[in-house]
Parts: sequence; C-alpha cells; structure tokens
Amino acid sequence: MKLALSGNEAAAYAMKHINPDVVPAFPITPQTEIMHNFAGFVADGEVDTEMILVESEHSAMSAAVGAASAGARVMTATSANGLALMFEIVYIAASTRLPIVMTVVNRALSGPINIHCDHSDSMGCRDSGWIQIYSENAQEVYDNIIIGMKLAEDMKIRLPVMVCQDGFITSHSIDVVEPLEPETVKNFIGEHKAIYPLLDVENPVTYGPLDLYDYYFEHKRQQVDAMWYVKPTLRQIFADFSKISGRAYDIIEKYFVDDADQVIVTMSSTAGTAKAEVDELRKKGQKAGLLKIKLFRPFPYEEVSEALKNAKHIAVLDRSLSFGADAPLYSEIKSALYNQNKKICSYVFGLGGRDINLEDIKKVFSEIQKLDNTCHDIRFIGLRD
Amino acid sequence: MPEPSWKEIPTGGLIVKPGNADNYKTGGWRTYRPIRDPNKCTNCLLCFIYCPDSAIKVKDGKISHIDYDHCKGCLICEKECPVKAISHKSETEIKE
Repeated sequence: MKLALSGNEAAAYAMKHINPDVVPAFPITPQTEIMHNFAGFVADGEVDTEMILVESEHSAMSAAVGAASAGARVMTATSANGLALMFEIVYIAASTRLPIVMTVVNRALSGPINIHCDHSDSMGCRDSGWIQIYSENAQEVYDNIIIGMKLAEDMKIRLPVMVCQDGFITSHSIDVVEPLEPETVKNFIGEHKAIYPLLDVENPVTYGPLDLYDYYFEHKRQQVDAMWYVKPTLRQIFADFSKISGRAYDIIEKYFVDDADQVIVTMSSTAGTAKAEVDELRKKGQKAGLLKIKLFRPFPYEEVSEALKNAKHIAVLDRSLSFGADAPLYSEIKSALYNQNKKICSYVFGLGGRDINLEDIKKVFSEIQKLDNTCHDIRFIGLRD
Repeated sequence: MPEPSWKEIPTGGLIVKPGNADNYKTGGWRTYRPIRDPNKCTNCLLCFIYCPDSAIKVKDGKISHIDYDHCKGCLICEKECPVKAISHKSETEIKE
C-alpha cells in the first residue's frame, strides 16, 4: 500500500513496525515529529514500547545504553545540538557494542543557531564507532531503519547504527512511501537476542568497568573487526530485503556512472537532485553520472575506487566542512582514489539549509568538464562572494 | 601468564565472570609501601577496617600480613594506626 508520508512519518512507521522494547526521547527540531508520531502509536497501544521522556539528549542516549545493556531492543532519534549533547554517550554506546538504532535528522550545528539541514551534526560523530547510513528520500528512511536494525543486531557486528536523513528537505516533505506489512518486518528482523543482558540476574556481569592501558587497546581492535563485517553483512541484508520489498539497494548507488565522463559524488537528498540533472544532461548527450554514498561508516573505499575508474572529472559535494582540512566526504573519496590519477574537485554546498537546485548541479557538471587538474581550493556552491 | 589477545576477551569491555578483582594486581601502582611492626601492633584491626583495597589480611582475629599484590600504597593504615605500628618506605628505596 502506498502512503503519502514525510521522512519523519516514515521513520515513525519504521519504528512502529519494528516495535522496539524501549525508546528514550527528547524533542529537537527537526526530529521532534518522529517522536510526536511514535508517542501517538504508544498512546494508542499500537506498539509495546516503553517510552521514556527524559530531560536531555545526554539522558536519552544514557537511557538507551542502560536499556540496551539490560537486554532491550532500543531506538531513538535526534538532530544537531541534541546529537552534540549526546556525544559522550554516543561513543559509549558503540564501545559497549550495543545495537541501538538512532535516526539522525541532519541539521546544522550551532552556532550561529540554525535549524535547517546540513551534515555537520552526524559528521562530527563519524569517528564514534557507529555505523552511518544516509537516506535520499522518505522511502529510504523507512527501509534503512529496518535494514539498520537487522544490521546492528547481527551477532558478528553488534554496533549502533545512525540512519540519517536531510532535515526539512526529507523530514518534512511529503513523499510516496510503500511500507511493508508489520508481520513481514517482524519476521525480517527476527527476535532480539541480547548478549549478557544485565537483567539476567542468574548470570551477573559488569558493564562499563575501568579499562586501562592493558585492555582498552584490545577493545578498540575488536571495534575495528566488527566494522569489517558490516559491508558483506549489509549486502546480504540488502539482498534479503529486496526479496520482501522489491527494492534493490547497495552500499553505493551508481546512477549512469559506468560510462560517465563527469561524475558528481554526494549523499542524501542532493543525490535525488543530481539524478534529475543527470537525466537532463544525458538527453543532451553529455556523459554525466552520479555516485551516491549510502554507507559512510564503514566507508566503501574499494567500491568507490572501482565505480570511479572510468570517470574523467569528479566533483565531490559535501554538506559540511572540516575547518582547516578537506571536507569529510571529499577526504574519503580522495583517499579511495589515491592510486588513480583523477581530476577531482571539492565543492561545499547547502550549509545551514541553503538550497541547491538543478542549475547549481548543472554548473558543477559544466565546471568540472574544464578541469585540467585536481583543484586545491574548496569551491562553494551558492555562496555570495 | 601472558595477557589474552583481543580475539579472546569479551567484547564491549564487559566483565562476564564475577568476583575476579582478586586476579587484577594493582600493587604495581604503589609509590610507598606500608610496613607493619608486629612488635608494636596490638591487633586492634583498625587498619583492616580502613583499608580501601582489603589488603590487610587477618587470620584467627590477628593480622597475618599485608597483601602487596593489591595494596596501592595510600597509607591510610599508617595514618589510622593508634600505636604507630605502621611506617612506610618508598618502593624505589626498597628496590635499590
């Protein structure tokens, strides 16, 4: 059945179909609508979830860690400064290997204060040990949350997952979404299996003990190992998911990339905009293509390297900055292509929710055609010079 | 015994077998070593009560020894001893 849902409503529907044991939440724009909708499902008895209304995001993630340690299936959601306030516990969730799924509705970090979309919030957590999946539209939000839950709970992985969507652009725009039957989702993700649950009082364990120079390093090495299993496991989950949904995904999405001369690499909703411009340029005979990065952590270096081997000119479009360094996505793409002599350029766009439109994308495709070499300065799209 | 590799330990920093603090030797953290003089000691057991690491060992109601594998050298025992039966020496001095 097709429904008209916003990205936030799609996220709430995915949570409803997963029916988690515990959801600790604190409101923040533009995420609030997810919990607003989900609280309705709780109040109407449509889910069995224990919803905890906490006093801050630091508490929300702390309660998520506590509940997951106790053995519950846990989900939450946040944005921007809320994620920043969680930051300390975000690392603890990953290093304690708790399979929490959190929707991050991407919003610019203060300051100056801004409520609109960019990726500075989740990019700030890219080294936290969470898996990060970025969604192009509301359908992907719904699908990625369900896929993310199964991925997080895989016995070899046991890592938390952030499912990101663009604030307002995706979260508040009505889109066509085809949810699965709740029973199908239930069977797909299976029963939650807790490892060493604290509520198992017959087998007491200690969570969060002091871990000094003699063991901490080994625990970090285990996190490296868990990340290694993500790509093959996620591919298998995508394959299984396509059987129940008819929707085929991969960790990167190639849109007319194989024979393309000019390729734009980007993430989330802007990939949709770029696809529309690729269609226009292809009609005019320009070999344009789009590479969408869906899985940002762990980063698919080999896949990117292989996908871009025929491209002549590459533009990487970042919706965040790393001040004094390469922008986050560009940095990864450049690293993936280190042994290929590519003409590549870093573009930063859309900070604080500034619109990016078809004309902007067209201009990028036209500019990079003239690239003689890798450019050394960041180019800013839509900035007043 | 060599420490286990990252492949052999529980994930997430969990301790899955209770009651193993005894196996974790913290004596190496010590700077000053408390030394008890059995001739002065009245076995009042105040040091046993105060010791935060349960490193004062008691047998049949009397102090048998100080467990230097777990004593961190805080010297609370020396401070609390009413008959000044506990003194201290630096570990460097002892090693030399």
